[in-house]
Amino acid sequence: MTAANGTSVSIQDLSLNFGAVTVLETLNLDVANGEFIVLLGPSGCGKSTLLNCIAGLLDVSEGRIFIKGKNVTWEEPKDRGIGMVFQSYALYPQMTVEKNLSFGLRVAGTPKDEIAKRIARAAEILQIEPLLQRKPAALSGGQRQRVAIGRALVRDVDVFLFDEPLSNLDAKLRAELRVEIKLLHRKLQNTMIYVTHDQIEAMTLADRIAVMKGGVIQQLDAPQTIYNRPVNRFVAGFLGSPAMNFIDGQVSAGTAFKTGDVSIPLDRYAFDAAGNGGGPCVFGIRPEHVAFGEAANTMPFATDAAVEIVEPMGSDTLVWTKLGGHNFSFRVEAEKTLRNGEPIRIGFDPARASLFDSQSGNRM
Amino acid sequence: MSKSERPNPLFRNLNAKVASIPMILTAGVVFVGGTLWTVLYSFTNSKLLPRLNFVGLDQYYRLWVTPRWLISIENLLIYGAISLVFSLVIGFLLAALLDQKIRFEDTFRTIFLYPFALSFIVTGLVWQWLLNPDFGIQHVVRGLGWDSFSFDPLYNSSIVIYGISIAALWQGTGLIMCLMLAGLRGIDEDIWKAARVDGIPMWKTYLFIVIPMMRPVFITTLVIIASGIVKVYDLVVAQTSGGPGIASEVPAKYVYDYMFFAQNLGQGFAASTMMLLSVVIVIVPWAYLEFGRRK
Amino acid sequence: MSMANTAAPAIAAASQDIAGPYGPKPRRMFSRRNIFLYGTLFVIAAYYLLPLYVMVVTSLKGMPEIRLGNIFSPPLEITFEPWVKAWSTACTGLNCDGLSRGFWNSVRITVPSVLLSIAIASVNGYALANWRFKGADTFFIILIVGAFIPYQVMIYPIVIILREIGLYGSLSGLVIVHSIFGMPILTLLFRNYFSSMPEELFRAARVDGAGFWGIFLRIMLPMSLPIFVVAIILQVTGIWNDFLFGVVYTRPDTYPMTVQLNNIVNSVQGVKEYNVNMAATILTGLVPLIVYFISGKLFVRGIAAGAVKG
Repeated sequence: MTAANGTSVSIQDLSLNFGAVTVLETLNLDVANGEFIVLLGPSGCGKSTLLNCIAGLLDVSEGRIFIKGKNVTWEEPKDRGIGMVFQSYALYPQMTVEKNLSFGLRVAGTPKDEIAKRIARAAEILQIEPLLQRKPAALSGGQRQRVAIGRALVRDVDVFLFDEPLSNLDAKLRAELRVEIKLLHRKLQNTMIYVTHDQIEAMTLADRIAVMKGGVIQQLDAPQTIYNRPVNRFVAGFLGSPAMNFIDGQVSAGTAFKTGDVSIPLDRYAFDAAGNGGGPCVFGIRPEHVAFGEAANTMPFATDAAVEIVEPMGSDTLVWTKLGGHNFSFRVEAEKTLRNGEPIRIGFDPARASLFDSQSGNRM
Repeated sequence: MSKSERPNPLFRNLNAKVASIPMILTAGVVFVGGTLWTVLYSFTNSKLLPRLNFVGLDQYYRLWVTPRWLISIENLLIYGAISLVFSLVIGFLLAALLDQKIRFEDTFRTIFLYPFALSFIVTGLVWQWLLNPDFGIQHVVRGLGWDSFSFDPLYNSSIVIYGISIAALWQGTGLIMCLMLAGLRGIDEDIWKAARVDGIPMWKTYLFIVIPMMRPVFITTLVIIASGIVKVYDLVVAQTSGGPGIASEVPAKYVYDYMFFAQNLGQGFAASTMMLLSVVIVIVPWAYLEFGRRK
Repeated sequence: MSMANTAAPAIAAASQDIAGPYGPKPRRMFSRRNIFLYGTLFVIAAYYLLPLYVMVVTSLKGMPEIRLGNIFSPPLEITFEPWVKAWSTACTGLNCDGLSRGFWNSVRITVPSVLLSIAIASVNGYALANWRFKGADTFFIILIVGAFIPYQVMIYPIVIILREIGLYGSLSGLVIVHSIFGMPILTLLFRNYFSSMPEELFRAARVDGAGFWGIFLRIMLPMSLPIFVVAIILQVTGIWNDFLFGVVYTRPDTYPMTVQLNNIVNSVQGVKEYNVNMAATILTGLVPLIVYFISGKLFVRGIAAGAVKG
């Protein structure tokens, strides 16, 4: 993470309603200078709306937005010191790449040599020099996206906003551009706020991820923290592929989790400050945290099971079985060959698990 | 393989072919056959009945020295220019106004478009009444104290075609507005956002980004307006019957009158062939641009 | 929205001193932009509504009032006599039984024309979309190109054809003419609609053994209600408003309403009765206007489909 000297973007008590529908609810978010923040969530969670509010493309209902310490709540987008990259690229189709990059600057009356300098710099950084005289229709998806980033770059701004910039690209290109955006961030050291529904993009790019749902930030943390210690069941389920195993059951005062005839000891599990009052809860464990065979016996918890379905994924294999009557999956190396119905031994360390209250869904 | 096993290709998709007979007859007999027939007979001296008595280009020579035809052509050009320019400009401006996320958008659109549901006859008669110098707008303005005010386009042969254009624009701009509005709504929302982030004023966004993006819509609209211009007939009949004198004659009316009243079919055919020619001149380049390049 | 607008300034004013702007950017209801925008829209709307208004008020006045007053003033004394006269006793120069004859003629023309033209065009569109046979596209292209040929070019050959089959001057002849000239646009409409339906549906039905008519009647038709409504709107207004074909292919006793209206208003005999004329004009315009106001967005969709894709 880059040095966090001061706040770049600060959102205070932001709410947005469309008529009776609340899209964002009393939302607070501080983004440090040079930080890469990813807003992650399913569609309709308000992440793009939040980005549009920061950009000034949507009027907020309540609250304030500061960029570089300046209250920009009522400012026009162009005066906020932001650049934005859109999912559909939003390039001006009848202008050449160069014109696309320079149009805003020319309208603002920037001197010609200054425009030329900035375009040259952006083109060099993004390696689009050979494309400058082409029109967007003659570019590939990846090239278009680069030009779109270039348009934000020439604005010479402090904050970059990305609205699902890679969603229109195919998987391979997406992975390539992901790396490039990361390199770009390292080179420019700008603040970047990046909206996506793709958890891999979020995990790989972010200094911190804000997981959103229903217009509320569920958790704001470093990717590893979010992955390993999700604050609620939604966050736990949204991140991770293959998904975390969830098992409904009961926890009895601080000792063990029970489901069916299985009892998992919880003495190694770090309960939240609120602690454990007992009662119905959900036990979650990620498939890659489950050990199998000999290794299982070294774990604090181990049990017998039978293979039900084997899903080879290439790099590894997902095995489905039953635990206490619930579907349960775990990962094994691709080399392992398992037959359906084969009896096996599985185990895990409850310290790596997550317990959620059945009612509130919050981490216990 | 023996011959009896192979189905006759004529009978493949037989039902579809049978069902398409009306279309084939319309396309082949009426559209192609009828057009060729008319063009062919335009080279004859047919009077009351069509006769294959060829006289070369005589009908065309006569056509182009007939004052009534020349006035018709002149009127068509003026009417066409006005229709094209004003319906595009007004239609686009109305669409842009309605695109400002205004309240009562549906109501306004309904009001701007309802004249399009009315026939040219109804349109023409209403405007004949509004422009009536003794009772209409001229009379009302004079009644307000401006005694020398004069606005009687339908009774003034030098401006009568403008009077007809007013009615045509009232009837037709709603359609153009709708087409333009559909075109505006088809523009990616992100383009507008990008322009706002770039700090481009709204009018510049329209002028330099949105309108160029709507080129296909403009071209289609242009073709629709143009093909409507050539057909103008009912409006003139209802508003002025071609008058005063022959000041508001148009080609379509010329054709009709020569075919069914003057009993000079040859002239009618020649005139209608000229109309066809004018359409070809407009349509062929467009069709070439639109479809030729795609292949 | 309006609640937020009124509530926000108070909060904003209170908190402005602490940290500057808060909440939504204050927008005045009567900003210069809004005054200009709505002002323009209202003026233009008034211009568009004016002829309708004048038509209605004129039709409700007596002739003495029209001669004295101005066309924009509302009637001092409302009379429905012009309407009665326009409907039942107005003279066309040939007969004096008003517009009612034309109205019923138009009904007798419009109903079968709409049904026939849509029946033909929907089958055409279906055949073109799903059962492409060799040469079909050629005829389709001719059809579409034909839509741009001025009617004047084809009027006389059709007169000859109708005369040959003995339908010249009859309502049936006019119905055929309307079906012919409605074919390009309707066929295009239906072809595009059927092409946009999933191909799998058609294939699945064929695998199940359904034939040309079976698929059309049992699968395609039930799924195409919207496009049929659009086609009906398009045709009812188009055919009702037609003047040229009516005047060419019918005789005075079978003239459709538009032709008869024009004859009533523009007949040179007698004293001009402007109130009767306007009542007659409204009566003629009423059918398409009702279709328009009832169909609302579908009408827009119809003309957009007809125009843009054409």
